[in-house]
Amino acid sequence: MSLFEIENLVVEFQTAAGPFRAVDGVSMKVNAGEVLAIVGESGSGKSVSMLAAMGLLPWTAKVTADKLQFNGIDLLGLSPSDRRTIVGKDIAMIFQEPIASLNPCFTVGFQIEEVLRIHLGLDRAARRARAIELFDLVGIPNPAERLSHFPHQMSGGQCQRVMIAIALSCNPKLLIADEPTTALDVTIQKQILDLLMRLQAEHGMGLIIITHNMGVVAETADRVIVQYKGRKIEEADVLSLFEAPKSTYTRALLSALPDNATGDRLPTIAEFLSDDQIFAGAV
Amino acid sequence: MTHVLEAKNLTRDYHIPGSLFKKAKTVHAVKGVSFSVDQGKTLAIVGESGCGKSTLARIVTMIDPATSGDMLIDGQKVDIARESLTPEMRQKVQIVFQNPYGTLNPRKKIGEILTEPLIINTNMKADDRRDKAMAMLKKVGLEEKHYGRYPHMFSGGQRQRVAIARALMLNPRLLVLDEPVSALDLSVQAQVLNLLADLQDEFQLTYVFISHDLSVVRYIADDVMVMYYGEAVEYGSREEVFSDPKHSYTRTLFAATPRADVESIKARLARKNAA
Amino acid sequence: MAVAEIKTTTPPTGLAEFWFYFSRNKGAVIGLVIFVIILLLAILAPLVTPHSPSIQNRDVLLLPPALAAGGQWTYFLGTDAVGRDILSRLIYGARFSLFIGLVVVTLSVISGVLVGLVAGYFRGRTDTIIMRVMDIILAFPSLLLALVLVAVLGPGLVNAMIAISLVNLPHFVRLTRAAVMSERTKDYVIASRVAGAGTLRLMFLTILPNCLAPLIVQATLAFSAAILDAAALGFLGMGAQPPTPEWGTMLAEAREFIQRAWWVVTFPGLAILITVIAINLMGDGLRDALDPKLKRS
Repeated sequence: MSLFEIENLVVEFQTAAGPFRAVDGVSMKVNAGEVLAIVGESGSGKSVSMLAAMGLLPWTAKVTADKLQFNGIDLLGLSPSDRRTIVGKDIAMIFQEPIASLNPCFTVGFQIEEVLRIHLGLDRAARRARAIELFDLVGIPNPAERLSHFPHQMSGGQCQRVMIAIALSCNPKLLIADEPTTALDVTIQKQILDLLMRLQAEHGMGLIIITHNMGVVAETADRVIVQYKGRKIEEADVLSLFEAPKSTYTRALLSALPDNATGDRLPTIAEFLSDDQIFAGAV
Repeated sequence: MTHVLEAKNLTRDYHIPGSLFKKAKTVHAVKGVSFSVDQGKTLAIVGESGCGKSTLARIVTMIDPATSGDMLIDGQKVDIARESLTPEMRQKVQIVFQNPYGTLNPRKKIGEILTEPLIINTNMKADDRRDKAMAMLKKVGLEEKHYGRYPHMFSGGQRQRVAIARALMLNPRLLVLDEPVSALDLSVQAQVLNLLADLQDEFQLTYVFISHDLSVVRYIADDVMVMYYGEAVEYGSREEVFSDPKHSYTRTLFAATPRADVESIKARLARKNAA
Repeated sequence: MAVAEIKTTTPPTGLAEFWFYFSRNKGAVIGLVIFVIILLLAILAPLVTPHSPSIQNRDVLLLPPALAAGGQWTYFLGTDAVGRDILSRLIYGARFSLFIGLVVVTLSVISGVLVGLVAGYFRGRTDTIIMRVMDIILAFPSLLLALVLVAVLGPGLVNAMIAISLVNLPHFVRLTRAAVMSERTKDYVIASRVAGAGTLRLMFLTILPNCLAPLIVQATLAFSAAILDAAALGFLGMGAQPPTPEWGTMLAEAREFIQRAWWVVTFPGLAILITVIAINLMGDGLRDALDPKLKRS
């Protein structure tokens, strides 16, 4: 049985211009200890599908799915309060903007200890000990001292480490990282990705990385799902995706990478692919 | 031949005034940077956030003055701290910004955005201005029907095209591109990079291309300057810098850039299986 | 750019989008309907009123409304102490109230935006001086300040309007200044500067149009506040002078009859209440429609 399973997920938003289908029949599976990358450009519905699965979308969104299962539990059938006992504990999520993800009014120590109190019910001393341990784990120097810092006193990379520490605080079985390094510098990105990969291997977590960056996919994923305009275009293991992409869209996407530039100009997608061709070429 | 842009020992300090609890201090954003760019060439300035590359862009674009050092454009010395800028000088350097959503005035139509520089700087007739704007729209890959539309009707890539068109309306010599493709999707990034290359060929434009993305820089640059905490730690031709980086920071930067080629994936998977 | 242009739905035009968000707020639509009715009544006053607002009918002093015991249908809302038709006076009064609102808002918006634009654009010492003066104005209770100003200028409708405008000024200055400060560092402003745009062009053509949305909302609220303030000044005898059929003045004239003729005070009071509520509801809807932060979905 896979750890996390989605079948035929559809998400629609009510907007001024009528209903807008952000996710259109996406299915995926993640096993324990596996790294799945969901890659796509803006508007591909890659973040929305994960937020929908976690029940984090606003009320204007209509979410339907044939199957939405985590560890054998049907998430769709759960009441919001039951869902909250799973989301944040067994499924954790980190976001793109680390500084905005932390509450600026409280110290980072307070924020991580709050999670420990709510989900694990630890007492004060145990919370603090665990918080220090977690900060140490994610590579924050002087963890005991850092606990009393506010988010604005830390850099973006440090804040993302704090977010990862909070996400890991309850030993989640699945971690969803939504563009975890997009807002960070390259050298910091490298450190955060290395950290994520190390923690994933140590804890045997399932990890879903949502990204638009092909380099990040290449450096982290076991398996890759390519999305375009809410639909799944291709699913493959990482090596075959880069070595022999099956869908026309993935081929076009890879050829647009400046790394792979051969001539004077980069091949572009719009020049030779319409939406219909992209969907027809999906596998 | 004179360089289109020559900078000698440029510095820029910011004074942060003290308050009740803090002492006043001076931040050295740019510490003595020298470089030059020739016509039709691209100088890429690479660095991470806070390295002073955007400050340098504002100095080169004559938005902010340099604290010390000389800047020559077409061999002519420019110092906006001492004398006001002549319109001719102003027209020689234009800029394209990173964020396609903040770069266009949301209350103005594309046509108005494009013709504004002409209204300010030239005595062209309304019809001529319109013709020139239309021609420029086509040049950057947009259509005449876009002339009367508002920015919010465009995608990020299209807005960046409009921003490039606006920058070119005054026939500048030098275009400062401040992370012009960082906020764009991969496929759109490729289109905009191609457009920039086409325009450079056609108008013999000189680019100062500011970026944090080494793969883009490797593709577009002739010369590369790597900045680190306000200093230029590495400066040379693209081949020199990429094949034989001298400074340890440059090497760190290269090592940190994710690689999307099959060999590195194979190597990584092998490492993973071994562990 | 085929990728970006093919969309499942075409984006709605500005007006359609505005109406979509505005009409979601039922209260706002009701407010708009009431406001339009009042506006039409005020414009068509000579055609719709059954009587002249100033002709006194000595036969029917303090006649009760038609539906009360002893009322007459020709005087639907009854008559006042000197036999004038209250309904007609109220309809003519709407003219004054709306006129006051319009003039006050125009005056305070224009001057407030100018001052706020200067403060927000130039910052530094100019900004400090302007904002401290505004703080001083804000430190006075607004009605008291208006009273003092009218006392200095002399009672009357025009002076009352000037006084109320001045009292309203700081809100517009602050709002404009805040909006200008957040806009002026944006890329499009810098791009205009790089293209050679001068200070005046940047201030009025580049920055100002992008600061209008919150000002429109504030203007509607100021509109109702102005009507209320004008009525209050009229009631205190410092605004419009009798026999002008201004609502506040009507209330003041009717003060002594509160005990025996409830209608002479009730109807002008209701007129003020309904108008102010309608405009405030409308302002709420405008805020929903114009403020992107509040847009749902």
